[in-house]
Amino acid sequence: MPETPEQPAIEVSHLVKTYAGVTAVNDISFTVPRGEIIGFLGPNGAGKSTTMRILTGYLPATSGKVSICGFRVSDEPDAVKRRIGYMPENNPLPEDMRVSEYLYFRGRLKEVPRRKLGSRIDEVLELCDLKRVRHKIIGKLSKGFRQRVGIAESVLAEPPVIIMDEPTIGLDPHQILIVRDLIASLRGRMTVLISSHILPEIEMTCDRVLIINQGRIVAQGTPAELRREVLGQSAYEIDAAGPMGSLPFVLGSIVPGLSVASEGPPDDLGFRKIKLKTISDEDAGEAILRACLSEGLRVRALSRARPTLEDVFLAATRRSWDAVAEDPKDRGRS
Amino acid sequence: MKHYFTIFAHEVRMLLVSPSTYIAGVAFLALMGFMFTGILEQYSTAPQVDSPATVFFKVYFLPVIFMVPLLTMKCLADERRLGTIETLLTTPVTTTEVVLGKYSAAYLLYIAFWASTSGLFYILKRFAGDPRLIDPGPIVGGYLFIAISGLLFISIGVFTSSLSRNQSVAGILCTVILIGIIFGGRYLGSVSWLDRESLAPLKDAVAYAQISQHFQDFTRGVVDTRELLFYLSGTVLALIFSILSVEAKLLHS
Repeated sequence: MPETPEQPAIEVSHLVKTYAGVTAVNDISFTVPRGEIIGFLGPNGAGKSTTMRILTGYLPATSGKVSICGFRVSDEPDAVKRRIGYMPENNPLPEDMRVSEYLYFRGRLKEVPRRKLGSRIDEVLELCDLKRVRHKIIGKLSKGFRQRVGIAESVLAEPPVIIMDEPTIGLDPHQILIVRDLIASLRGRMTVLISSHILPEIEMTCDRVLIINQGRIVAQGTPAELRREVLGQSAYEIDAAGPMGSLPFVLGSIVPGLSVASEGPPDDLGFRKIKLKTISDEDAGEAILRACLSEGLRVRALSRARPTLEDVFLAATRRSWDAVAEDPKDRGRS
Repeated sequence: MKHYFTIFAHEVRMLLVSPSTYIAGVAFLALMGFMFTGILEQYSTAPQVDSPATVFFKVYFLPVIFMVPLLTMKCLADERRLGTIETLLTTPVTTTEVVLGKYSAAYLLYIAFWASTSGLFYILKRFAGDPRLIDPGPIVGGYLFIAISGLLFISIGVFTSSLSRNQSVAGILCTVILIGIIFGGRYLGSVSWLDRESLAPLKDAVAYAQISQHFQDFTRGVVDTRELLFYLSGTVLALIFSILSVEAKLLHS
């Protein structure tokens, strides 16, 4: 029996997928341990959906090795399909079925025993807040409800691995909150791989993030790690008035590597915004404040700019574009 | 084949809740009833050689050409258009189960429509009072022909539905192929250039594939195993092509 708790939920090594000469996924490798929620980020056309489709066994890979819970997707597609819940991009649903009918049909296809299916459907309807619409026709539901029907369907058979392609697309903020809580409630029990464009979303729910661009992984790690790795610096902003002349020199001497990035024009009261940046990761706020006061500056505000995942994402994808542009073999592809 | 019945039951259910099924059914029965009335009127004016059943089943191609595309054009084309084929094939079902389930559901409905025309014969028997009008031979032969040729016609419909994501394209393609095999055979059987000595094997093949000839044999009570084999092998071939078509479209999507 290849399935043991030590087997990682998702294991991808050197995955390559080409369509008619175009490389959609180029040598991707990653491993997802069980019970982790992992976010899959990337611009449009980066290869997110393709990778997910290969993981589910819907598309064959050109080369490389993909395993779900220790089962090779290429060798045992049935065993893999029994262990995943998949919600494709745009969440396709049949238009002319009722919600409960659809879930019943899907449950039968996913081999949920008939005796357990009724109570399980009640459970997922409750979980996804769909009780009110259980007898409605899917084609007449609003986008938010349809999206939740898709999520309910993917968790229906309690698979160990759930793969969702943009589950929060088209939802309003309240519904996003519900979906986020829903995904977070699966933590520890199921491995969840979600792709999204909404970066705060990923940052809040995911334990780990994979950023992919042009078919390659350009960064991976926890959101905090990524910030450090990709941006490699922290930034401060002070609002101060007074003689600025010797400030850069003083700052450089108290905190190594600290420098003035930009200085704004003074406002009516003589306060100007000064942006500082440092390569070190330690909090230098107190030292900066003390230096400013000893220089006789009047300080109105001091803040540490926290780079969001958005900055990381932009930096990481831009970095890979630069890398691609430098590579003469790939020139002209972007 | 574990999921075959799940998909089959689902498809039958979806066909039964869909209004288009009932519209098609009513249209079909109206057309057949209208023709049946016309046939009976002929019989009331002058005695005829054939029994009413033979004449009635002779126009089998009319409902085939209109009903088969209507019943089958949706089955695979719509799954692909909506993208639900992706969710369907990422569950532990095989393409074969999906295609066979949809095929059987469409075939069942096709047979159910034809079975409803037996009511016309019942009415005739109940009210005509002339036992000569009800000849069981052609009736049984006619229904047998419908059931066996339906296997092939529906499988052609399923195959064309697997070719396109657009229902209308699938439907038109199906109509064209059905007209081709029903009337094309008849036409090729009558052309003179096939009478040449060198084309004799081709002539034999055309004669073998004459659907209208098969129909006459069946209504006369001749059930030839070669004819059965023609429909069964054609059905199997069309279904294999449908399965391959669905899988090939995935590879190149």
